[in-house]
Amino acid sequence: MTRAVERPQDSVAAADDPRLKDNETRNAFVTLGVLAIVLAVLPFVLNERFESIAVLTLIFALMAVAWNLMSGFGGLFSFGHAAFFGIGAYVDAYLVVEYGISPWIAMLLGAALATLVGIAIAFLCLRYQLAGAYFALATFAFAQMFLLLVQNLEFLHKTEGFNLPILGGESFWMLQFRQGSDLYIWIPAAILVLALAGVILYVHSRPGQFVQAVRDDAVAAASLGINVMRTKLIAVGLSCALTAVAGAFYTQYYFFVGPQQAFGAQVSIEAIIPAVIGGIGTIWGPLVGALIVGPLAELIDSVLRDPPAFIGFLQGVAGLDVAIYAALLIVIVLFMPKGIYGTLKERWRR
Amino acid sequence: MQERTWAASEAPDSDAAVGGIEKYRLPLAVAAAVPVVLVLIYTVGDKDTGLVTQSVVTGLLLGGVYALVSIGLTLIFGVLGVINFAHGAMLSLSMFLVFWLTSTLGLPVYLATVVAVPLMLGFGFVVQGGLLNRLTVSGNHEGSLLVTLGLSLLITNVLLMIFGGRPLSVPGSLEGAWRVFGAIASYERLIAFGGALLVALALTLVLNKTSFGMCIRAVSANSQGAALVGVNVGRVYALTFGIGSACVAVAGGLLAPFLSLTPTVGEEFTILAFVIVVLGGLGSVVGAMVGGIVIGLVQTVGALYLPGTGSLILVFAVFVIVLLFRPQGIFGVTR
Amino acid sequence: MSLLQVEGLTKRFSGLTAVDDINITVADKEFLGIVGPNGAGKTTLFSLISGQLPPTHGRIVFDGVDITGWPADKVASAGLVRTFQLMRPFESMTALENVAVASHHRFRSRRDARRHALAVIERVQLDRYVNAPAGSLPTAGLKRLELARALALEPKLLLLDEVLAGLVPADRAPMIELLGDLHADGLTVLFIEHIMAAVLALSERLLVMHEGAQLALGNPHEMTQDRAVVEAYLGEDYA
Repeated sequence: MTRAVERPQDSVAAADDPRLKDNETRNAFVTLGVLAIVLAVLPFVLNERFESIAVLTLIFALMAVAWNLMSGFGGLFSFGHAAFFGIGAYVDAYLVVEYGISPWIAMLLGAALATLVGIAIAFLCLRYQLAGAYFALATFAFAQMFLLLVQNLEFLHKTEGFNLPILGGESFWMLQFRQGSDLYIWIPAAILVLALAGVILYVHSRPGQFVQAVRDDAVAAASLGINVMRTKLIAVGLSCALTAVAGAFYTQYYFFVGPQQAFGAQVSIEAIIPAVIGGIGTIWGPLVGALIVGPLAELIDSVLRDPPAFIGFLQGVAGLDVAIYAALLIVIVLFMPKGIYGTLKERWRR
Repeated sequence: MQERTWAASEAPDSDAAVGGIEKYRLPLAVAAAVPVVLVLIYTVGDKDTGLVTQSVVTGLLLGGVYALVSIGLTLIFGVLGVINFAHGAMLSLSMFLVFWLTSTLGLPVYLATVVAVPLMLGFGFVVQGGLLNRLTVSGNHEGSLLVTLGLSLLITNVLLMIFGGRPLSVPGSLEGAWRVFGAIASYERLIAFGGALLVALALTLVLNKTSFGMCIRAVSANSQGAALVGVNVGRVYALTFGIGSACVAVAGGLLAPFLSLTPTVGEEFTILAFVIVVLGGLGSVVGAMVGGIVIGLVQTVGALYLPGTGSLILVFAVFVIVLLFRPQGIFGVTR
Repeated sequence: MSLLQVEGLTKRFSGLTAVDDINITVADKEFLGIVGPNGAGKTTLFSLISGQLPPTHGRIVFDGVDITGWPADKVASAGLVRTFQLMRPFESMTALENVAVASHHRFRSRRDARRHALAVIERVQLDRYVNAPAGSLPTAGLKRLELARALALEPKLLLLDEVLAGLVPADRAPMIELLGDLHADGLTVLFIEHIMAAVLALSERLLVMHEGAQLALGNPHEMTQDRAVVEAYLGEDYA
């Protein structure tokens, strides 16, 4: 059987053609290297007072990066990532409290379970061809179901949640350190850097290119031999696993997790908002968004504690921080649908 | 071109082919299943009958409340395809509006509701016309979901900033309750139920008997076609959202007397309203009514067996099953 | 040796028969033109053969394997690839990335896939748009992009759905020449087209469809002599 394009010169024609220059991956890794260095020195330059903001921002970033894998690159709009965050948080809490297992192992087990659950949910939804708004509603409903389920299960302590035992002393294996330890920043920072490295590799790999093709046009992608279902489920699995890791770290950092902190609707929203503000479907957008949303609450808090005269009436008022980022969200969706980073990137290219 | 149209019309056509009686089979089956299940619970359910009666009455009245909230949503979701995640927050807004009118102007609560209706209609008109129309026209459902999500957070937190987080209450006008078969039904809840029926009736009349209703249905069926015959689609969208918001205002006014007001009071209704709308079928007012009552009953009667929030799990299970296997809902024919 | 056998292929959409009992055998390296008025069922026939739609009746055998009912991606992987009449580019990607998606089928590494994709792009003379976003390409470019993506899969059988439609006449000649070259290199092609000059220049046999059914199948030049076929189904311009 003769094949059409397989003429000998085809595969050698363009070995070092300048048009093939592909710096995207390399540039992304250079940026990531700079980010890693910044994060590494962060604890030395950061006032201890801001440690908790930094950790919260890192958790937001992890969640948004994870959500973006499935919903940005994969085009499957999840409105229920709390389900996977909660699974990660609860598997960690349960195994650490009941069996004294290392949180690192619990983290991996939680990620595995979240991946399985996420793939099962996504498979069901895709099998019955729920798309767009319906897919979002279905994922939201599943997350709510988990919330209610946990609130009614005795062995998960119903609405009371879990308090982690405080071991005293420092242990990397048990992921417990003295309060204010730099490791509480370094560990999520390292996870974030690894996650972003994974995203960079994935997005430029074969399955990553496939999932973006499927997002743009599933029919055309299938006609090019791409297994649409499998391609989407890979993105879902990666996204759920990473979200669960963020959940497990959340439990470890706060020594506590309850149903609302793990499975509440606001958790899903916290995964979405940084990604949308920063830029859906871009590598750096979710991080940029998290850097804006994460510190915002604390910033506004500190301003309002001792407000300048012209906004004196706002002293001690709750809710302003969320109101501001809600307004930001609306403005971004309407006027910068590619997000802050996405829009800047486009301007840069022109 | 024509070949493409064939492919696209495959699903609706095959549904139309089985139309006729089949169309009503599922609604009838659901209508029949509800009393059957209730009878079973009375006879072999192993529960005190007085308790069951009370939970049925509570469930029916709760269902009326749910229906009232969902009717506005089914219009918005059905006609615009917008997932209005701010629906619950708009309900909170309506309630605080009514609270403000009663507490500062001293209006009786039901009169305050009448005042709140046009205000919310205007609010909805501005939201859709000013924020959402561009996204709705281009079919960007994720975008409008995000904007209404932002709106929901914005409304809730602005209410929090103005009124604080402590629960407030609107003075009721009608104390007391009606006793029926040993069960208690408070007048305020009965009025809310009656209000739901009235709103459903009024909306059905507007949709079917007025030329404006015809415009809404035309835009809903085919917005491009409607635009071609001279309908101002953008304005119809904005008015539809306005009417949906007006329904929310009625709901807020009728619920305010028996709920304690916090900025998040409406939130739990958002997802339940979606459950009901999907269950009843997008854009179907009757569907929202029936769906609301079914969900109300599932929640209260289910609570006999699954105490606490356990019965809500049943509600979401119903939701997921409907989404997966019959996304057009009970009263919907096509998706 | 036959590469594709279609037996009694039928597709009904609730009462409407879009494709009605089509029987064709396509030989290896053959170039088969398919013509017929709008709505004759040509595109639906392609959708059936390439797995986008399941047939109501009938059998499709490709390269000795019964592929009836296979999903589209499996059919494409087996070497039977189609293009779309209304172009469906991956809009967030450049032209090169679009084609590389298909090249990834054979090449796992990004570098190899992109090299292969560039070679295919040069083959279809899309060079000037290599790194342009697919969404910015003009119609002629998008048509070539459709073709390039299909070719990057290195198909045994290519189904081309109106690749010349929408091209200005000046763009048609190089495209026709390219298709001729591909055929000469041994590619088997099914070719839906309205532009009769192109059909006649390229096709070895011609299938005429009307209202889903197979009206005639045979030598294209003989068929253009058949006044009845011509007037009714090819348009009076050619009568």
